[in-house]
Amino acid sequence: MKKILGYAAVACLITLGAACTQEKKLPFYGDREAKITKDANGNEKIDTIYKTIPDFKFLNQDSVEVTQDAFNGKIYVADFFFTSCSTICPTMHRHMKTIFDKYKDNKDVMFLSHTIDFKYDKPSVLKKYAQKLDVDVPQWQFLYGSKEEVYKLAEKDYLVAVQEDNEATDGYVHQGWLVLIDKHKRIRGAYDGTKPEEVEKLKADMDILLAEKD
Amino acid sequence: MTKQKFFVYSLFFGAIAMAINACQSASEIEMSKYMSNGKDIYQARCQNCHGQNGEGLGELAPPLTDTVFLKTNKQKLACYIKNGVNEPMEIHGKTYHEKMPALSNMHDIDIAQVIVYITNSFGNQQGMYTYKQVANDLKNCGQ
Repeated sequence: MKKILGYAAVACLITLGAACTQEKKLPFYGDREAKITKDANGNEKIDTIYKTIPDFKFLNQDSVEVTQDAFNGKIYVADFFFTSCSTICPTMHRHMKTIFDKYKDNKDVMFLSHTIDFKYDKPSVLKKYAQKLDVDVPQWQFLYGSKEEVYKLAEKDYLVAVQEDNEATDGYVHQGWLVLIDKHKRIRGAYDGTKPEEVEKLKADMDILLAEKD
Repeated sequence: MTKQKFFVYSLFFGAIAMAINACQSASEIEMSKYMSNGKDIYQARCQNCHGQNGEGLGELAPPLTDTVFLKTNKQKLACYIKNGVNEPMEIHGKTYHEKMPALSNMHDIDIAQVIVYITNSFGNQQGMYTYKQVANDLKNCGQ
C-alpha cells in the first residue's frame, strides 16, 4: 500500500512539473484573416494572417533614414511622444528607460520612439533629447516623420490614438501605450507606460517573447 | 468585562489619547497638514519629471536633492513653480538647460504646501514656508 502511495506521489509531482513548464504565449493584436492554400497534393491548408506593422521610412536622431530593416529579426518596444511634452511623456520614458537598462546590449531587443510633434521635433531636437535622457545609442531609435505618415501609423497600425489639440497643455494629446512588436512585425502587447505595474508586466512578457520559437 | 465597563474604559482611554494629541503644538499640526497636502500636489504636478524620490530625469529634469541650491534660492522657488523657468540652473555642480513649464493655475497655498513637501523630503529638512511668504515672494519675481 505504502509503495502504491509513493508511486502516486511521484506521478503527481511529474504531472505538476509538466504543467509548470507549459509555455505561456502572448496574444496577437489587431484584425486577422484566414488564407487558404493548397499543398502539392491538393490538400487545403488554412493559415492565419496576423496584422503586421507596414514598412516605413523616417529620419532618426542622427538624420539617417531608417526603415523597418533596422528592426528585422528583433523584438521592439514602440511608443509615441514629443520632446516638449510635460505631462505623461517624462513618466513613460522614465519607465521605458528601466526596460532599456534591463535589455541594454541585447541584440534581439530594440526601442522606437516616434515623435508626434512634426513642427518642432526635428532630428537635431531628438538627438539632444536622447542625449539628455542618456539613451543616445542605435538600440533606441527616435524617429521623425510627416504628420500624415506618423499619425496614420499610430492610429491604423500601432492602434495608439494621437492628435493635435490646441486646447491641450502642450498642444498635442496622445495615449501612453508602450507597444510590444515581435520578430515578425506583429503586435503582441500594449502596456500603459505611465503605470509601474504595467511596465513590469511588459518586461516579463518580453522575456516570454524572446524565448518564443520562430 | 461587561458592556458598561468596556464603555467606560474606552471613554477613559479615548480622553487620554485626545489629551496626548492636543499636546502636539499647533505649528506641528500645520506642518503635517502642509506635508500631506504637499505630497498629493507633488505627485499630481511634479513627479512625472522630477521623480518619486526627487531624483530628476537624466539631464531633462534636475533632481530636487540639492539642499544648498534649495536653501539659497528659497525666495525664488515660488516664482519657478508659478512662472516656469527658462534659464540654465546649476544643481549638484551640473548645469540644466531645459525649460520648466509654468504651473500658473496653482494657488499660493498649493505652492506653499508643495514647497514645504519638497524642502522637507528627499534628504532636505528646511522647515515651514507659509502661503503668506509665497504671496510675498511672487511679488519679487524677475528681480
